[in-house]
Amino acid sequence: MLNLFINSALIENMVFAYFFGMCSYIAVSKSVKTALGLGAAVTFVQVMTVPLNYLLNQYVLTPSNINGGVDLSFLSFILFIAVIAAFVQLVEMIVEKFSPSLYNQLGIFLPLIAVNCAIMGGSLFMQQMVGTEINSVGDSIVYGLGSGIGWWLAIVMMAAIREKIEYSHVPAAMKGPGIAFIITGLMGIAFMIFSGIQL
Amino acid sequence: MKLSKNFTNPLAANNPVIVQILGICSALAVTVKLEPAFVMGISVTFVCAFSNLLMSLLRNSVPSRIRIIVQLVVIATLVIVVDQVLRAFMYDVSKQLSVYVGLIITNCIVMGRVEAFALGNKPWASFVDGIANGLGYTIILVMVAFFRELFGSGSLFGQTIIPESWYIANGGFYSNTGLMLFPPMALIIVGCIIWIHRTINKDLQEK
Repeated sequence: MLNLFINSALIENMVFAYFFGMCSYIAVSKSVKTALGLGAAVTFVQVMTVPLNYLLNQYVLTPSNINGGVDLSFLSFILFIAVIAAFVQLVEMIVEKFSPSLYNQLGIFLPLIAVNCAIMGGSLFMQQMVGTEINSVGDSIVYGLGSGIGWWLAIVMMAAIREKIEYSHVPAAMKGPGIAFIITGLMGIAFMIFSGIQL
Repeated sequence: MKLSKNFTNPLAANNPVIVQILGICSALAVTVKLEPAFVMGISVTFVCAFSNLLMSLLRNSVPSRIRIIVQLVVIATLVIVVDQVLRAFMYDVSKQLSVYVGLIITNCIVMGRVEAFALGNKPWASFVDGIANGLGYTIILVMVAFFRELFGSGSLFGQTIIPESWYIANGGFYSNTGLMLFPPMALIIVGCIIWIHRTINKDLQEK
């Protein structure tokens, strides 16, 4: 399980290895505070939706006693996205109630967690890993936590770098997204040193 | 006149990927080779065009409170169609694309165009807008894949381009850049494309 966690958080990092959740990653990484908030929300949604989708996958989509032995796996996209959309709605309501300032800062990107590829991608990868790395609900929780924290780590690091780079002389055409892509690429190369770690 | 401007605008000046920074999530991982990049681009164009068309037809009958769910259902249905067609007719490519076909659902371009354009415009204009944005996305994917496949594998569309005799193994001077096949290089290439694009279009530069 520790291996699965390290693997999903560092080696197969959502951002650096699969480019998941790049849209909000580039757009919201301008201040560390906002990045921390969004990262926490994404990790929470990830930890909740991956196990839910795991259960749905095991008992509803693949042939089992509940659905009478019918293979419904072609419906997995639509079912996963429905679970995710419902959950994001819930998180949005919670954040609005308990932290209105964070809610205003995150703005449009809170509902956009629903279309954050990291969440959907986490569920789809989980579906592929069933039978190999993931064999129980516990495994799927660990995977959700690991991949969420990996994304969180990436966006906070990125935000910290971008806060500093404000004071550097970046070529005019590179300001904003251009330099953000290059930095992410270089961070990705740095993260490649984790590959091959076995625990 | 206006329609043709709607069509050409997303291809370069207002490209969804490099100007609006949308849809990068699923874009870059499929760019190791040209063929999957091309297929991915066409799939996104299809989904984007038809989700725009359908949502534009439904725009007056869907209450705005539940529109996100309706959009997701329409988009997910179209993606399931694409996935099944790819599995039936292009099995190898669909294996290479793996989960990224499913991730067209969460591609911000599709959702973004429905929200920003299809909900306020007539069906035909929305359809054209969807095709144009899909093609704008395809262009960037193909550009990135071109460089990665040429320098990473020495081939294009699976056809060897670099002559065999150039390689060091055969007594030549050349070897493929393995780093090109790793994910970070896709990001750096997109960064360079943005750099060139904004050097030409100065009005896009920040501050």
